[in-house]
Amino acid sequence: MPDLAETILPEAPDAAANPVAGIDQTKGDFQYNVDYEFDAGTGLTENTIRYISSVKKEAPWILEFRLKALQTFLSKPMPTHWATKDLDNIHFDKIRYYLSQGQKPKRTWDEVPDDIKRTFERLGIPEQERKFLAGVEAQFDSEAAYSNVKDIVAKQGVIFANSTEALREHPEIFRKFFGKVIPTGDNKFSALNSAVFSGGSFIYVPKGVKVAQPLQAYFRINAENFGQFERTLIIADEGAELTYMEGCTAPKFSTSTLHSAVVELVALKGAKIQYITVQNWANNVFNLVTKRGVAHEEATIKWIDCNIGSRLTMKYPGVVLKGRKARGEVISIALANDGQHQDTGAKMIHAADETTSNIVAKSISVGQGRSTYRGVVHIPKHLKGCKNNTECDALLINTNSRTDTYPAITVRGDANSVQHEASVSKVSEEQIFYMQQRGLTEAQAMSLSVNGFVNDLASQFPMEYSVELKRLIDLEMEGSVG
Amino acid sequence: MSQLEIKDLHVSIGEKAIVKGFSLTINSGEVHAIMGPNGTGKSTLSKAIAGHPDYTITGGDVLLDGRSILAMQPDERARAGLFLAFQYPSEIPGVTIANFLRAAVQARMAEGEELDATGYYKRLYSKMDLLKIDRKFTSRAVNDGFSGGEKKRCEILQMAMLEPKFALMDETDSGLDIDALRIVAEGVNAMRGGTLGILMITHYQRLLDYIVPDHVHVMWDGRIVKSGDKSLALELEAKGYDWVKQELAKA
Repeated sequence: MPDLAETILPEAPDAAANPVAGIDQTKGDFQYNVDYEFDAGTGLTENTIRYISSVKKEAPWILEFRLKALQTFLSKPMPTHWATKDLDNIHFDKIRYYLSQGQKPKRTWDEVPDDIKRTFERLGIPEQERKFLAGVEAQFDSEAAYSNVKDIVAKQGVIFANSTEALREHPEIFRKFFGKVIPTGDNKFSALNSAVFSGGSFIYVPKGVKVAQPLQAYFRINAENFGQFERTLIIADEGAELTYMEGCTAPKFSTSTLHSAVVELVALKGAKIQYITVQNWANNVFNLVTKRGVAHEEATIKWIDCNIGSRLTMKYPGVVLKGRKARGEVISIALANDGQHQDTGAKMIHAADETTSNIVAKSISVGQGRSTYRGVVHIPKHLKGCKNNTECDALLINTNSRTDTYPAITVRGDANSVQHEASVSKVSEEQIFYMQQRGLTEAQAMSLSVNGFVNDLASQFPMEYSVELKRLIDLEMEGSVG
Repeated sequence: MSQLEIKDLHVSIGEKAIVKGFSLTINSGEVHAIMGPNGTGKSTLSKAIAGHPDYTITGGDVLLDGRSILAMQPDERARAGLFLAFQYPSEIPGVTIANFLRAAVQARMAEGEELDATGYYKRLYSKMDLLKIDRKFTSRAVNDGFSGGEKKRCEILQMAMLEPKFALMDETDSGLDIDALRIVAEGVNAMRGGTLGILMITHYQRLLDYIVPDHVHVMWDGRIVKSGDKSLALELEAKGYDWVKQELAKA
């Protein structure tokens, strides 16, 4: 019996019992009025940046870094030659770039101002923290409202702070790694983030420390016409291990909202970083994120990336395999429903011998939804013993959906091996009828098909996240049946 | 005591009329066999009753315990007690039989009512024992890469678990070797005798050696042209469908 019982898809628990609440968009679609003490106004000029830097009381080098980045941002064209034209609908002059109630997050929920606290309470975050997290950072628009790490973890020397704080309190280590994995000029949106970044997590795990429980960040957009630009930097020192999870929601506004983060990971010799995202933005959010990690000798970086919400997501988590025997992995699930475009993928840059990379990307397109897989795997000629495995599977539901796969795999030299598989399948009318004949509604049938399609990946997730993913898929499918 | 009443049913696919005035009443506990040559509308009949969207009902009615089911969605008909054992069951990759059946059982429960997992597995295993199905079977994805025999056995297991009032079995014998046929027939026979009513569609007499029907009907050009007991099937086997054709021509 136990062997069979294990194959049961987890039941959707109620919100109170659910340890990763806070990413359910149906629950996230609400807004409380908040008075912002700090507001950089609408539009982006040098003054916007000077304002942000001054309220954060930043060191001069940071302001300089930001101003330079602004020039880079302005000089770079929009990447519309390969990307969707929908990017042209972002009006940078109509966005608010910085909104906060202050720059110092609270250490206890009691201290968090009521108008912000009730949002996070409604999302169930304080409760989850008590239950199973090593630390939580809760960002509300531009700044973290709350940030805390459990004593037991802090005593091991683990630093878990937001970028604003970290720049003040740990400038030497921050500066050493900041902007090194993803340079300002990497792309137009990394330049934008570099100019106006605020919030995001800074994590340092000392040598040999293995953080047993996950560290969790929540990103909440509350204001309309707002841009959230968090900057995350995670450093796992030699032999250190950690799991970081992020969830995000926003209310549904009639105008579009921009979320453009930069996430840099550094896994030093023998370190392991697992970075899990369940993105479920409201479907007016442009989600344009640059994520990359550098894995040193025998280090492992694994991105688990689930994209369910947003209007347009463009995100290609990458790993630079810099040290011998480094390992990079991207597990990606994207669900594009009506009016959504998930343009996602992975980048694996092999830069040392015997490095291995694995990409498994599954996309689901429903109705008018559109999914695109874009991948880069690069293994130069002089390397030996490198391996890559890429699998891209697409599932189409209803005939209007569209899926594209652009895998760019360049492997030079004959001492390396690559494997690439791609498939496209359809949830057929016959399949739905078959399941309906067993008593499932059309929505339940579609949901089960989709869950079956991602089952082999979801089973690799931490339990709480696979449960949540299943629940989010159920909700999406429910909404997609007219 | 339940009743499935098919009254003067007419079914089209697109513009083409396939079922043309089919009438039959099945009571709980009865086994009816429908025989007929290919292309006479047997499969269309079963799919139309189950509510397949490709089939249009152009006339007549189907009543379950006196209530018309024609306005109901396929899943509502299923939950009302109608089961279709498919001739070609669909594959559902990534979804185990255990999970699929669990979802189907859950779908029959009242909103907010929770399925008891221990009880569910106990019942599942007792049905599998009854049908002589190996325990490992239900951890495989539904019909994914199954042989013809495995697919049919999977249908019978689902039927046993969902305990319908009426089962429409569409060419359950097709694609089965004699051993598989015997196992499937044993399963159906094990479910007989209770309240289950069965409409068994078959092209060959062979299946009826194993599942002996109470009534046999010959279908021709979209309707029943001859009814009798099990001896009719044997007569048909001996004389072939041309015999029916000649009989019809005489009439």
